[in-house]
Amino acid sequence: MIKGLNLSISIGLLRARMKQSVVAAAGVTFGIAMFITLISFMTGLNEMLDGLIINRTAHVRLFNEVKPADLQPIEKSMEFKNGQHFIRSIQPKDQGKEIHNAVSIIEAIREDDRVIGVAPKLTSPVFFNAGTIEITGAVNGIEVENESKLFAFGDNVVEGDSRDMEIINNSIFIGKGLAEKMMVGIGDMLSVSTPQGETSSLKIVGIFQVGLVDFDDSQCYTSIATAQNILGKSAGYITDIQVKLKEIALAPEVAKEYNDLFRVDAIDIQTANAQFETGSGVRSIISYAVGITLLIVAGFGIYNILNMMIYEKMDSIAIMKATGFSGSDVRRIFLNISIIIGVIGGFFGLMLGYILSLIVDNIPFITAALPKIKTFPVFYNPLYYFIGISFALITTFVAGFFPAKKAAAIDPVIIIRGK
Amino acid sequence: MSEKKVILESKKINKYFYDPVKFRVLNDVTFQINQGDFVSIIGKSGCGKSTLLYILSTMDTDFEGELWLDGQSLNNRTNEELAAVRNAKIGFVFQFHYLLAEFNVLKNVMIPGLKLGKYSTKEVEHRAMEKLRILGVADQAMKRPSQLSGGQKQRVAIARALINDPLIIMGDEPTGNLDKHNSDLVFSIFEELTHEMKQTMLIVTHDNDFAAKTDRIIEMQDGSIIK
Repeated sequence: MIKGLNLSISIGLLRARMKQSVVAAAGVTFGIAMFITLISFMTGLNEMLDGLIINRTAHVRLFNEVKPADLQPIEKSMEFKNGQHFIRSIQPKDQGKEIHNAVSIIEAIREDDRVIGVAPKLTSPVFFNAGTIEITGAVNGIEVENESKLFAFGDNVVEGDSRDMEIINNSIFIGKGLAEKMMVGIGDMLSVSTPQGETSSLKIVGIFQVGLVDFDDSQCYTSIATAQNILGKSAGYITDIQVKLKEIALAPEVAKEYNDLFRVDAIDIQTANAQFETGSGVRSIISYAVGITLLIVAGFGIYNILNMMIYEKMDSIAIMKATGFSGSDVRRIFLNISIIIGVIGGFFGLMLGYILSLIVDNIPFITAALPKIKTFPVFYNPLYYFIGISFALITTFVAGFFPAKKAAAIDPVIIIRGK
Repeated sequence: MSEKKVILESKKINKYFYDPVKFRVLNDVTFQINQGDFVSIIGKSGCGKSTLLYILSTMDTDFEGELWLDGQSLNNRTNEELAAVRNAKIGFVFQFHYLLAEFNVLKNVMIPGLKLGKYSTKEVEHRAMEKLRILGVADQAMKRPSQLSGGQKQRVAIARALINDPLIIMGDEPTGNLDKHNSDLVFSIFEELTHEMKQTMLIVTHDNDFAAKTDRIIEMQDGSIIK
């Protein structure tokens, strides 16, 4: 058989039914385009929220939790060893927030292959004094360079240069909300007191905005050395060790390991921010469900048009079979029609999907909570285009398969004798 | 005449219809058709002549008995094989033309030739034009079937039947839809094909005038050959 004969017959049949074919292909186009646009947009949103929280948060955080001692004194007593202990009013043990031996722990973690970086941190509640009013807040002592590299601190800076924190003694960065509340700006002095009652005067060298109102209204950043000064602690006093991993999925495992190894509390990002994982997952499921539903509807369109075509073309099928086309030739001819509709519709769907994504990407989206975002976020990933076209081809193939099978089974004798 | 090659042979062919009750349509039908024969099958409506033709055409495989074409048994073949046999060795002319409305006249004639794949597309096109010329419709080659008259359509259908130089042409009431003038025209074409090109023909008809002019008449009654 000369190659392409079946195909040329398929194309002939398609062209004879141009309008319906175009409508069927448009269904596929629309389905794929919506699928790609939706999933790109949803993923863009997810990425943005992840960027807001997950990329700026330690994957594993080591700290000392305030809690009662695991082993109460009575349990150590030989005398009551065999008794049942009832202890009331247990108080948490004051073991301090300091991570002991922090320097060697940091060294050890830095050696770990799974780790991108480690940054020590010092946090403490403080009061900001504005005239007679005290505002409750917190001070975070950071290694500026590390913090910028690992947790994109620089992205949050609205005014000032974050390096000034290390260079200028007793300088701080304060949240934008806090600055507005206290009517202060760069160059002003800010009085900060600790819960222990020590008061220090610090120079404001910059303003940051993370996008979370609670955070921007109460936090300030400074270098670790300055923070240790404010709190009256010695050099080496650290309350948190933040670890960033190469593979975020390993966080729970690594947290558990460090917990056992260094005898400090360790929490992983999945546990600390469970709500974000859930939100991302649900959004993805919704967009996949909508996209796939659209494609299935398009599949029904193709099924309909092919069925109709087969009823219309009974005579043609009969004569083709009489003149030497086998059942499988006829099946291929009708499957070709379906696949051509799928491929053409799919191709335009990919393009339309990309164009719609670009449009969404340019719609202004300005919100006070997200200073860096100016338009709707869209995440471009070739994988979505691949999923879209694969699913479209599968749908059209299945939609074409059953009518094609029916066409293949037509008995030419019945058609010809029925005339 | 006995040295003539046997083209088509049926041996004791029986066929039953089961709906609504079991009914014997064909009753031990046995006959031969030789190379170059111009044969007509006649009989009253319901005598089984069309049923016989569709069994001989290999399109109906639900029968008992033996069927031989060109020295080969056609029993127990797959549908694919039978389709290939029909394509290469049998040409069909039906009461209705069955031209594909989507393609022009030339392409309609070419399709079975392209399916056979014995010649290149160019050659098939050349051969198709030649067949159309023999049938006097070469000037209609680029038109759509819907633009042709009934007689022209039937002549195109005959050209299509001829494209692969079949061993035998089978016709089921090929003049049934035509007026007297076109009917005579189609007959003279058949006659010319048998006499000048030694084309074997087997035509089922209820038109006794048509049958009377053929070389050999097979008359059927109640599923049997009576003459």
